[in-house]
Amino acid sequence: MVKKPGPDLSVKIGSLHLKNPVMVASGTFGYAEEFNGLLDLKKLGAIVTKTITIKPRQGNLPPRTCETPSGMLNSIGLENPGIDKFIGDKLPFLKKLGIPIIISIASEDDPGEFCILAERLDKISAISAIELNISCPNLQKNKLISQDARETFALISALRKLTRKCLITKLSPNVTSISDIALAAQEAGSDAVALINTLAGMSIDVHKRTPKLGSWSGGLSGPAIRPVAVKMVWDVYNKIKIPIIGMGGIMDTESALEFFLAGATAISVGTANFINPGISLDIISGLEKYMADGGIQSLSNIIGKLKECKD
Amino acid sequence: METALLKVRVISNKKLKCNYWHLEFECGMIARNARPGQFVEVKVNHLMDPLLRRPLSIHGVSGTRVRIIYEVIGKGTQILSEQGPGVFLDVIGPLGKGFEYGQITNKADKQKNILVAGGMGVAPLVFLAQRMKGSRPLVLIGAKTKEHILCEKEFKSLGCKIKIATDDGSRGFKGRVTDLLKDLLSTVNCQLSTIYACGPQPMLKAVARISCENNLASQLSLERHMACGFGACLGCVVSTKSGYKRVCKDGPVFAGEELTW
Ligand SMILES: Cc1cc2nc3c(=O)[nH]c(=O)nc-3n(C[C@H](O)[C@H](O)[C@H](O)COP(=O)(O)OP(=O)(O)OC[C@H]3O[C@@H](n4cnc5c(N)ncnc54)[C@H](O)[C@@H]3O)c2cc1C
Ligand SMILES: Cc1cc2nc3c(=O)[nH]c(=O)nc-3n(C[C@H](O)[C@H](O)[C@H](O)COP(=O)(O)O)c2cc1C
Ligand code: FES
Repeated sequence: MVKKPGPDLSVKIGSLHLKNPVMVASGTFGYAEEFNGLLDLKKLGAIVTKTITIKPRQGNLPPRTCETPSGMLNSIGLENPGIDKFIGDKLPFLKKLGIPIIISIASEDDPGEFCILAERLDKISAISAIELNISCPNLQKNKLISQDARETFALISALRKLTRKCLITKLSPNVTSISDIALAAQEAGSDAVALINTLAGMSIDVHKRTPKLGSWSGGLSGPAIRPVAVKMVWDVYNKIKIPIIGMGGIMDTESALEFFLAGATAISVGTANFINPGISLDIISGLEKYMADGGIQSLSNIIGKLKECKD
Repeated sequence: METALLKVRVISNKKLKCNYWHLEFECGMIARNARPGQFVEVKVNHLMDPLLRRPLSIHGVSGTRVRIIYEVIGKGTQILSEQGPGVFLDVIGPLGKGFEYGQITNKADKQKNILVAGGMGVAPLVFLAQRMKGSRPLVLIGAKTKEHILCEKEFKSLGCKIKIATDDGSRGFKGRVTDLLKDLLSTVNCQLSTIYACGPQPMLKAVARISCENNLASQLSLERHMACGFGACLGCVVSTKSGYKRVCKDGPVFAGEELTW
């Protein structure tokens, strides 16, 4: 008897081919080596590394995390060893995995640094894509690049000339219209957008009368932000043509499916990695089952396929 | 050393006294691999609130069983106290780097180790005393009142000498356990001692200072809020002479002289 082929979970994001649409979100998976032994890393669709900068950064004052209702705040402040140490110490392990590796990059105050980083990464064949973190709420900045459509457009246009690698632009939810920013990213030549980064938030210890975080405020993540994220993916899906990588509070297969139905081509698991390091693989098999049970051959049959809700 | 994501069965979960609880679960993997000072990350229920795991020290192991003791201080530990025998808990462990302690062979070296516990800080130190075979450390226990003294019996049965300090003087020395330590070091010759401590941060800072003043090495087990517990989020850092270090992965035990707090 011929075995029926299983559902096809593969997706394309620009030049990037993923065997399945489940990736892990920047900053929630370290440089993957921290998870070695806790799950079979080779099964992931892709890994997005903790954001790196040109120079090492020591990060923000502790305490850097606190729990909130069904969520958490973080203010890590992009602690990272800088690009040289990243390439020397962290990349070799990632290379060996043989799955797509996406490097997240940022700069605190000089957009020119994005260009230097992109040029360096462009030469490394083991790197599949570059994610532009222009949406980190934990830098001492009044305004993020992704809070301004013009700045977003200018940065991506400049980077587009420097690299042919797949460029993913990570967007902040702290804006009036996220789809306007996504559109600017598309027009400037971004291959995809990733959303959402954390929502700015704050939590207070009323006994001490202090903020719970050393840097006063931080970014909210986890299931608490999921409905906000799903709505933003839906809005962006209706405005742009490039693929969307959806994230924000994905905890299981069902929450991942919300994002596909809202229009995401792939999803990223973030905070959930801390609670269940193997959850991404559970979601991959959960998606396979959902598709097999529903007779769905390909993911494209569910991406953005929302129907009206009739009572 | 292996760390794993495990489902473990609760064998018993009982109130000791005050708000202190003792929980035993079945897990050969952790029991085999655990070292004193290491901890586990426990998901107290299967819901999304509370969201994060709770870090708890390994208090002891016997055979395939693992013990923890904890104080009910908030939502997570309250829910944990409601998990009776037979319940399966979701646990990651063993995590972190434990205490560094040598096996003592020389008789003259006996009692060269001093353990200082503040409140719940006894948790990892009982396990440590148990593994310091033959050395019989001197144990200083600090507690709010005599009712709050934990693990006296366990330390005794391991042959440790015990000194107690209570805030209200209801037993032993009246005052801080660190003042007791200071007194002790000024009267007894402890030249070769290493001080192992676990407790609230102000206590640990005082232990580090006192150890330094007396030219003694110290090993301190720190507590920090943790989102992951295995080194991925960079949330739990403490400031050291060589920059920020992760308490969950590079610690929770640090040499006192390394820390700049
Ligand atoms: C390495 C390590 C070992 C520990 N070992 C023990 C032990 O053996 N016995 C014991 O009783 N306690 C221990 N603690 C402290 C224990 O983790 C907290 O008491 C517990 O997380 C409180 O959870 P809660 O929901 O009841 O309190 P809440 O205050 O409601 O918790 C809110 C959030 O703050 C965190 N939090 C609160 N207090 C602490 C704290 N002191 N340390 C770290 N995170 C905290 C919680 O994990 C949670 O994320 C240890 C902590 C660490 C870091
Ligand atoms: C501790 C922590 C660190 C993070 N660090 C980064 C980072 O370095 N770069 C980045 O682009 N996003 C970072 N993020 C944001 C996540 O990638 C993700 O966008 C966000 O957490 C929403 O997804 P979630 O709710 O599934 O966690 C971080 C999130 C957390 C919780
Ligand atoms: S708790 Fe995440 S790195 Fe320590």
